[in-house]
Amino acid sequence: MVERKFSEPTDEIVQLEPVEVRRYIAFTRWNHWFTAICFIVLMLSGFAFFHPSLYGLTALFGGGQMTRWLHPFVGIALTVSFLGMFFQLVHLNIIRREDLVWTRNIKDVITGHEERLPELGKYNFGQKTVFWGMFWLILALLITGVMMWYQYFPHLVSIETRRIAILVHAVSAVLIVLVFILHIFAALWTRGTLRAMTRGTVTGGWSWRHHRKWLRELARRQRTKPAE
Amino acid sequence: MTIAPNMDSPRTATANPPTHPVPPNLGQANVVRSSAGGPVAENPQPLTEVAKLIDVSKCIGCKACQSACIEWNDTQPEVGVNVGVYENPHDLTPEMYTLMRFTEFDNPDTGDFEWLIRKDGCMHCAEPGCLKACPAPGAIVQYSNGIVDFISENCIGCGYCVSGCPFDIPRISPVTHVAKKCTLCSDRVAVGQGPACAKACPTHAITFGTKDDMKALAAERIEDLKSRGYENAGLYDPAGVGGTHVMYVLHHNDKPQVYDGLPEDPKISDVVQNWKGPAKPVGIAAVGLAAIGAAAMALFHRGNSVSQEDEAEARELVQEELRGAPVERPHDKGNA
Ligand code: HEM
Ligand code: SF4
Ligand code: SF4
Ligand code: SF4
Repeated sequence: MVERKFSEPTDEIVQLEPVEVRRYIAFTRWNHWFTAICFIVLMLSGFAFFHPSLYGLTALFGGGQMTRWLHPFVGIALTVSFLGMFFQLVHLNIIRREDLVWTRNIKDVITGHEERLPELGKYNFGQKTVFWGMFWLILALLITGVMMWYQYFPHLVSIETRRIAILVHAVSAVLIVLVFILHIFAALWTRGTLRAMTRGTVTGGWSWRHHRKWLRELARRQRTKPAE
Repeated sequence: MTIAPNMDSPRTATANPPTHPVPPNLGQANVVRSSAGGPVAENPQPLTEVAKLIDVSKCIGCKACQSACIEWNDTQPEVGVNVGVYENPHDLTPEMYTLMRFTEFDNPDTGDFEWLIRKDGCMHCAEPGCLKACPAPGAIVQYSNGIVDFISENCIGCGYCVSGCPFDIPRISPVTHVAKKCTLCSDRVAVGQGPACAKACPTHAITFGTKDDMKALAAERIEDLKSRGYENAGLYDPAGVGGTHVMYVLHHNDKPQVYDGLPEDPKISDVVQNWKGPAKPVGIAAVGLAAIGAAAMALFHRGNSVSQEDEAEARELVQEELRGAPVERPHDKGNA
């Protein structure tokens, strides 16, 4: 058996002509889209309180009272859902030496000279940044969010602490939206990525271009598989 | 005395109310500030600034003011439990807008034991932290006479006002999910009557009138207290919140904290100022620029596309790894 370092047990080359590779199983994709829906609801409902010019967004959720009530519950749903993703993806998102080389030469990525860069496993540094950015910011939003959850935790923290919590929550919310924009942008800019989260598969060319070590390992794993 | 036609607010709380119906004169036309950019009057009708003066040195702790407050506002405070202190209830609640706070003070300067009683409640700050913090348009308003009022129908019950207030005043009702606090009896003042508490107070420890009159009255009281040995007597009208429309005469104005933690220099917290100040435009600008930048790059940059060569390379690599060597005619191996 080939050692599995850069891929998930469920990743697999599913077709040879042309090459097609399974990147995410259905469970991961559902998990991802549920998390995404929670995120968008949180973004719209949270930013309604962020600035008076956005207060009109409360109409989407049935008014101010409803929005105020809903937001923290969706926050809990997001956290649980994100944790599901976290445990599936974390071990391939550990930062490695080649990520630093890749980052130092980020302009080769933008100008389309990936051949000058080290071969990568399932995730590049940009993807790992999104992963860890989401992780730490959701953690911060969860902790501060519970501190602000006045209806159920009015005496959890002192007024002084809650003031800081609200500020941290607001700043973290802005940062996580920046990470979110980066995430969507990268998924669209890198053509051929979106289908990984819709159909669950990517083309061989995509894998070869962006995640060659991952593709190579999958092929090796499949070579040593006993014939069926 | 009734409200004279040329007067826009009652000058006293002890006088009897007008005997003829008076149209309320506090409303949208007098709103000078409104939370979260809520509507303010374009040319607010200027009203004389009013104030309530609480002379702590005259209070006997009878709580007639609390009872009057419950009565007028028709609130239903829970029957409490006696835990051996005089505060009843133990804190302000959504049903109790004012509370007598009792302190046993061992005066280190004189060796006297003093029983200090302070009537706690909304101070009606000129610069209200609650209003600054509130995210709901029009849920907190300030009238041109200085009264700060919570408008429950616009309130969403988020509790931000609790964080904004330097005096720990607002309370959120767990039943109706709206914020509650002393209104300075805005509904009475609007029709020429003083606040219920001031009207009920048997010792005239609470008085009501224009802010100037109340300051003048306070000055007399302070002079009297000084002549009787309270050399630090003074008026509590803290400048950090722009002054207040509920003021105290304190015998120990040099150390307001002895009155059950009355803040010495209350002001809107810097954290709240930063959150409601720079954080908002900077945050919106950052998100806006990122979104526009990303959209522009998505539109005008080719994007990173996979080429036919990439596909061919992929096939070669996979063949090599899969079989040990390239084969001439790879066929579909569906579930290889
Ligand atoms: C992870 C769990 C989360 C919890 C428990 C939570 C909880 C809260 C609570 C309690 C509030 C106060 C308003 C209310 O009571 O509804 C709030 C405000 C807010 N939340 Fe969250 N939240 C979470 C996640 C998020 C996320 C992911 C975002 C952004 C995408 C976000 C953005 C905001 C914003 C912008 C505000 C308004 C802050 C301000 O007024 O400046 N929250 N949140
Ligand atoms: S709870 Fe306080 S801050 Fe929140 S909407 Fe109501 S008045 Fe405004
Ligand atoms: S005392 Fe608190 S609740 Fe009252 S006006 Fe000032 S900030 Fe608002
Ligand atoms: S009614 Fe007057 S004397 Fe009685 S507790 Fe209130 S302020 Fe003090």
